[in-house]
Order: sequence, then structure tokens, then C-alpha cells
Amino acid sequence: MTDLVDSAEGTVGAPVNPREPLLKVENLAKHFPVRSGLWGAHSVVRAVDGVSFEVRPGETLGLVGESGCGKTTTGRMLVRLLEATSGKITFEGQDITHAKGSQLRRLRQDMQIIFQDPYASLNPRHTVGRIIAMPLQVNNVNPPGGVKKRVQELLETVGLNPEHYNRYPHEFSGGQRQRIGIARALALRPKIIVADEPVSALDVSIQAQVVNLLRQLQRELDLAFVFIAHDLAVVRHFCERVAVMYLGKVAEIGTRKQIYENPAHPYTRALLSAVPDVTKLGPAGRIKLQGDVPSPINPPSGCVFRTRCWKAQEKCATEVPPLTLKPAGSIAACHFPEEGDVI
Amino acid sequence: MSVTPTADEPYLRVRDLKVQFPTEDGLVKAVDGVSFSVRRGQTLGIVGESGSGKSVTSMSILGLHNPKRTKISGEISVGGRNIVGMDDEKIRLLRGQDMAMIFQDPLSALHPYYKVGVQIAEAYRIHHPSASKAEATKRAVDMLDRVGIPQPQRRAKQYPHEFSGGMRQRAMIAMSLVNDPALLIADEPTTALDVTVQAQILDLLEDLQREFNSAIIMITHDLGVVAQIADDVLVMYAGRAIETGSVEQVMRSPQHPYTWGLLASVPSLHGDAEVDLVPIKGNPPSLINLPSGCSFHPRCRYAGRNGNKSFAEVPELRSTGQEGHQVACHLTAADRLKLYQEDIAHAGVAQ
Repeated sequence: MTDLVDSAEGTVGAPVNPREPLLKVENLAKHFPVRSGLWGAHSVVRAVDGVSFEVRPGETLGLVGESGCGKTTTGRMLVRLLEATSGKITFEGQDITHAKGSQLRRLRQDMQIIFQDPYASLNPRHTVGRIIAMPLQVNNVNPPGGVKKRVQELLETVGLNPEHYNRYPHEFSGGQRQRIGIARALALRPKIIVADEPVSALDVSIQAQVVNLLRQLQRELDLAFVFIAHDLAVVRHFCERVAVMYLGKVAEIGTRKQIYENPAHPYTRALLSAVPDVTKLGPAGRIKLQGDVPSPINPPSGCVFRTRCWKAQEKCATEVPPLTLKPAGSIAACHFPEEGDVI
Repeated sequence: MSVTPTADEPYLRVRDLKVQFPTEDGLVKAVDGVSFSVRRGQTLGIVGESGSGKSVTSMSILGLHNPKRTKISGEISVGGRNIVGMDDEKIRLLRGQDMAMIFQDPLSALHPYYKVGVQIAEAYRIHHPSASKAEATKRAVDMLDRVGIPQPQRRAKQYPHEFSGGMRQRAMIAMSLVNDPALLIADEPTTALDVTVQAQILDLLEDLQREFNSAIIMITHDLGVVAQIADDVLVMYAGRAIETGSVEQVMRSPQHPYTWGLLASVPSLHGDAEVDLVPIKGNPPSLINLPSGCSFHPRCRYAGRNGNKSFAEVPELRSTGQEGHQVACHLTAADRLKLYQEDIAHAGVAQ
């Protein structure tokens, strides 16, 4: 499947970014064992079920989807907070799927994560200075000029007052706390940051501040990002390439233009049309999806989206659609792809 | 809309509502002189960030504030009856029957120990004491069916934890509509939901409004939701109304710099994605120590254009010249038009 993704991108026009992939994910899966009751039957939640993508240096990839689609689990496997059930993660040519000990520690210098909840992700008993210095201490990094100087630089980079070094998280607002989380992620000068819903807990006016900061950092430091979010508009604003996930699988992956203007997968279209848009006043003509996302314990046979898809036919129930290159340029998993522009 | 009296009397009329909470740190002025009205069949969208007073406003309409700890003044007239200062027992009779609320988090608003059908039937029997248990249960099942829950018979016998997020929100809506309330207040009803489910719920609310001809207040921070379902919009900031008008007026020719800020800071699905958003600088103010004058002035790019008025004088809601469109800003109309064209019109959803 990945070979296909590779060759497809090689042939379709100019690739977004010609450099070698920094991060390569192949057929990644995470299955959580569950059982109902003490003597209940064992079964598995297929949270992530065969996901493949690549991120090149300095590139921003968005992972979007509804809750339960496996985007957060994917992100956590990338930074090795969760152990993958199967599949392979390669970082700079090195297999890191089961990295441990010193390899993992080295890896975390290059790969950092920003969490969703700016209240829960900072230790309330530590000063901001200590929080940001922690990655440096853990990795025995002695920056020139000392730790304090580096921390103050970082505070300045993320738009906070360097004098606030000695304050505690509770003295900051939500947006400022998220900036502290960003400063901590930047402390080791990583090459890639996994940002898991970094702005969804913030008020609208503060969201824009943080999104602009991330964009500015991405450009200035040539950072690669895996940006996980459910807000399609924020992802469009931040990411060059976007992967749409549904029930643990990638439904469609492509450039911003391909995904937002000519999506091939019916799910992508439904998702886009469901976003209430300020540019349209009054009731919107949209694609209505029936029902809820099926349970990942017992996903539908064939195409996982078929139970809610208006184009589903017999073939969809029997054959799993492979990710193939569609006419509009994106790579989608659908037997009967859509064509034409989004209305 | 709103303050101008019209031939058909609005169902809900709020006049100069003030809600204050005395605390150890000082007096929290959560709502500070807000007026609006909603007619039956109309939807008013109240927009604002956390702490703008939008939820406190809706709680006072339902009489849910503890009178011992809250100072409420002004007038809230629901179908001609003033809620402010009304006896709790009397408000209880209105609640559910005349006005109902849909809360943001359906999991904490539904009782985990009781079956969904039982909870809905209870809401019905309170206002229909003569109805038998069987009638009430039938009514509950009907309502679940009405809000689009498949197999309502079976679902009514399940507990809230057996429902998905979207289903729970539907059950909440069924519960609030079981007595055909004339006024429905939805406080961020879709914030916790995924977009595809949000779309289903918003469509459902519109259908139900058409059917029951209820007045709806939609409280949200999502301008997209407002654009889609509201007829009128009220923008709140730090407990005050800063702009109000029809959805067309507020979304297409916004007048207040805060409304501009909201529109320019929200990324859009259309337009140029490479253009930076224009955020509103700073943070919302503390409601204990409101900034002097216009409470938005510390975050406003244009504060101080008219001498020191912004810092000294609280701007009143004044007509913009268009009927029904009011704004509380010291800038002159000509200035506002010019600044909007120059600074805002190209960014975020304002594009």
C-alpha cells in the first residue's frame, strides 16, 4: 500500500516537498483488548487499523476525523506513548516502532508532542521555568549560556514574558498555558512536533493567536508537524497535506487543495458539507449522514464507511477498497469515488 | 427584532438585565444591562466567549440562579409574566411547560440511574398530573421517535450510558420538547459533538421549530452555527451586549471591532489559506475589575481614536442607521466602514 502511495506521489505533478521523508508510517495498527464483564468474551477495539503516511522535513500533515476515528491514538503511537500492535514507524530511516531506553530518549529529542488540554498537561506544582527546563534536564542537555537563558529565550519565542520564569501554571490563562506547552515542546529543538488538538480547548479569539504562533514557528524553524484536529477549517489553515480518517483507517489523503476542493471520498465530502459556514446564511444544503459511527469493536465488512454512505453497493460490503490514486489527484479508499468540485 | 415594539408581541422580552454575584474577591458583574427579545418561530443567536455572560443570561431566564447568592435586576418577561423576583414554585410551573433548556453536556444533564424513557415521562407527568403512567411513557417514546432515535421502544428502556453522544443530545432535546415549550434555550447544544452529528442536531432543531413554532435562543461561540440557524444575533462581551441585529446585518456588515475580531480570527473553508488570521490581542477581562469605559478597549486596535472617550465612557447601544442594527462603539460610522474595509475584510471567515 505504501509503495503505491509513494509511486502515486512521484507521478502526480510535483510533490509538495521533494526531500526524503522524515517520518514514515506503514500499516500501523493499534488494537486494544476489551472484554465485557468478568467472564465476558474477549474482543478487540480496532482503534487504528492499518494507517500509512509520510511526513517530509518541514511539512505539515493534518489528521482529521470525528471522535473515535483513531487520530489521537495514531499521534500517541508516533511519539511512542503507545506501543503499536503491528506496522512500522520509521524516523529518518531508523525503525522506531519498538524503540526503548536510550534510543527512545534520543528520539524524543527530535520528536515532541503538544497536548490538547493546557490545564492537565502542565504540573501545577512546578514553576513554568522548571516545566520548560525539564526536557533539557532529562536529556542532560546543557545549552550555551545555561538552562535559564534558554528557557527565557523559549518564553520569548512563544510570546510570553521571560520574567514570568518563576510563576506557576495557574497564574496563566488557557492560551498562555498552551504557549508554555509549545515552549516545552520546542526546548530540545525537535524536527517534528505532533500537535494533538492544540487549539480546541481555547476560546475563538485565543485560537487564532495560537494558530498564528504555530504557523510562524513552523516557517521559522522549518518544523514538520503532524497536526491532529477535528476542526476542518483550522486544519485547512495550518496544513499543506491532509489525511482524513474514519474508523481507524485513512479514507483519503491529499494536498490541501485536493482534499478541500476536489475530494474523492464521499466521507470527506460529507464531513466538509457538515461544517457550518459563516459564508452561507440560513439553512445549508448538505449531505446528511445517517446514524452514528459504527463500533470499532465490530467494524463493518468491506468498506467501513458503507453503512452511512449513500453510494454504497454490494461490492462495498465484500471488498475492502484499497487506497488508490483518484482522478482529482488525491489518494482515497473508495470503490465509487466522487468527482467534480465541492459546491 | 429586539427592542423596538412590534405588532405581534415578542414571547420573551429581557430589559436591562443585570446579574451580579457577590464573592469574597468582589462583585462579579456577570451580566450588565442586557436587553433583547424573541418572538415565537424566531431564533436568536447569542455569541460570545467564555465569561461573556451568555450562559448566565440564559440561566436567569429559567430562574435557575440561587436568589441567596445572586443579585438580579431588570425585567424578564416570558409570555407576559415577569420572572425576576418571582416565587420559585411559580417559576417551576413555567419551567418545562413554557420554557425549556438544552444543556451543553447531555451526559451530566441526564440522570445516570434512571432509564431515558422514564426521565422523559417524568418531565411530562409534572405538567400533566392527570396523565397516566402508560400515557406518559407512550408520549416519551413518541418524542424519542420524533427526534430521530431508531427503535424508540427499545431505546426508551435503556440508560443514558448506553446512548452515544449524539443520541444523548437527541434524548435531551426530546425531554425539553415533551411539553411543547414556547421558548427553548439551547446552551452550546452541539459543542461537544462531531460535525456530522452537529449537522443532524441543527437540522432537527430547525424542523422542530417549524413544527412547534417555538422561540429559540441559541447560545454558542461558533459563528458558523449562528449563521446557519439564527434570525437575529446578539454579540456579548464582558457581560454587555455590544452588537445586535439581524444575522444578515451582523455577519455581512459587522460594526463592532470585537465582532470584526471574531470574524477575522476564525479560519474558513474558503478563501486563501495562506493569509494569517487576525487575532484579537490579549485576553477577556476579569468580571470583577472591568476595564473603565468601553470594556473592550484594552484589546481594541482602535481605542483612543476619539480622544479618551474609550477609556472614560461606557458606549451605549446605538442604531447604526439600519433598522434593528445596533452597536455599542465610540467610533463614528464613517470610521467603522473605512477600518473594516482596510483591516478586516480580507482575513478569516470575514473573507
